[in-house]
Amino acid sequence: MADGEGRNASPDYDGPPDYRVVGRHGMFPETTHDEIARFNFLTHMNRHLSTRVMPGVAEAFEARVAPKHAQETGKPFADRHEVRRALTGDPMWQWWSALRRSTMESRQQAGRWVTQRQADSLNAKARELTENDPRLKLNPGMKLPRGVEMIDHHCMPGSYHTELVPGDVTGPANYDSGIFATTGGMLGRFNDGGGMAVAKWVKETFPDFKPKRILDIGCGLGHNVLPLAEAFPDAEVIGVDAGAPMLRYGLARAKTLGVENVSFVQADVSDLKDLFEDESFDWIQSTMFLHETCYETMPKIFAETRRLLKPDGIVLHVEQPQYDASMTLFEQAMRDWDAFYNAEPFWSKMHEIDLDAWMKEAGFGDNELMHGAVAAVVDKEVFPDAADDDSEDFGRKAAWHVVGAKKVA
Amino acid sequence: MTSSIDPFLQAGAKSKGARPWFLKDGDVERVLNITMALAQEVSVLRERLDTVERLLERGDTVSKAAIDGFEPTREEAAERALTTQEFIARILRVIQQDREAIEAGEEMTSEQVGDQLAS
Ligand SMILES: C[S@@+](CC[C@H](N)C(=O)[O-])C[C@H]1O[C@@H](n2cnc3c(N)ncnc32)[C@H](O)[C@@H]1O
Repeated sequence: MADGEGRNASPDYDGPPDYRVVGRHGMFPETTHDEIARFNFLTHMNRHLSTRVMPGVAEAFEARVAPKHAQETGKPFADRHEVRRALTGDPMWQWWSALRRSTMESRQQAGRWVTQRQADSLNAKARELTENDPRLKLNPGMKLPRGVEMIDHHCMPGSYHTELVPGDVTGPANYDSGIFATTGGMLGRFNDGGGMAVAKWVKETFPDFKPKRILDIGCGLGHNVLPLAEAFPDAEVIGVDAGAPMLRYGLARAKTLGVENVSFVQADVSDLKDLFEDESFDWIQSTMFLHETCYETMPKIFAETRRLLKPDGIVLHVEQPQYDASMTLFEQAMRDWDAFYNAEPFWSKMHEIDLDAWMKEAGFGDNELMHGAVAAVVDKEVFPDAADDDSEDFGRKAAWHVVGAKKVA
Repeated sequence: MTSSIDPFLQAGAKSKGARPWFLKDGDVERVLNITMALAQEVSVLRERLDTVERLLERGDTVSKAAIDGFEPTREEAAERALTTQEFIARILRVIQQDREAIEAGEEMTSEQVGDQLAS
């Protein structure tokens, strides 16, 4: 750096930071100048779409879509689906959607190009870091959960599980290197602002809590697992996911970041009976996970968390807010966009579920349930702060709800 | 560089699941996707040129390695970000005007104004 000043923006600039602030751990792919510039463009496109174009959809809704519906039917909108269907006929919604989808597909292409051209060195690095390490437990014969098998989530070709060559980690490396562009840097240098927020919330809410064993279900490549392991260095942290490449990359990434108290296990988290005993965890965490499950597995997952929790243990599910009467139908319809147009098929159904009722079905009592809210914790010197940001990128904002329970001893 | 995965074939692969289309004419949307991909590449070129200019201003040698290793200062990064924002605002002008037209509500055409001016 020329002046040792840092690469973040000047005080009167409040947009996304340059991609070069991204945290480069030992598994991070190399990027050329132009590959960085491509991510920069996509980051600004996403920012432009959410701050300059998306508000136009709300304006079109007020000025055209809602009045037209009222005139034609004489009735208010019945539900969010009626609102969404009415929006699909409006040019502002159409162009915003077409641009958003196009930006997302370009982001996938950009990240895949970066990682695939260096596949051999990335895959070799991951192999060296994980081979014969007992902290990686893969289960090659595992049947993929339905929710993962049927569609490639958020139009990410190959989703979380595909290996284009044996031992391939280019999928997770793509996910890891491009998420900055999708979120406009809102998740911080290591894209771990969510996990940092959860760790902070737990420390503040339960100051005396000293978890010995922590389980993260649907852990992905561990973005939000490492902050828990770092916040509780004496704990044994286990991440479970269905996607082998995510786990392989996850352990390699963790090791190069110097986080040693974490292991990664491949399994379907709706049935962990062969892996973990009853009452063997102090804390079970899921982060942005439930929306990628289904009606069939979610109750099983809740029941598993109940079974696995020690007395006095906590389970926390971190997600975008549920739809309820306090949220306008327009906002619900906009939040549903990812469900219908960005291959998040369960997103819509998941967000209308009465989570408290489902937790109670799984055996948690009213007295055990808890709720909270967290916003991404980032280095505010460099990154935009979701807590101070009043723009709204429906469903993408780096601020979440917490639904959970503390098992009464 | 050779790689056992060929990005020419794989990077732009389709994801599993039917693609949604949004515009009234799918061909217009195809052209939009091509146009935006080109816009991205123009932005990449612009950033590269900016990098070269700044390296020259610093009195550094301009080489491929120097370009790939370039680190903007805080102020430089802000200037470059604003350039990218300006570029996007420029090419998406028509969308901005669509938004302003909603705000403006029903307006007279020039022909209608002309008729009124002559009445
Ligand atoms: C959106 S990602 C969230 C990743 C991670 N929690 C994070 O915050 O970065 C959802 C993850 O859940 C995994 N997954 C979905 N259903 C699963 C199941 N039944 N068992 C295990 N993993 C599952 C997917 O493979 C994917 O990695």
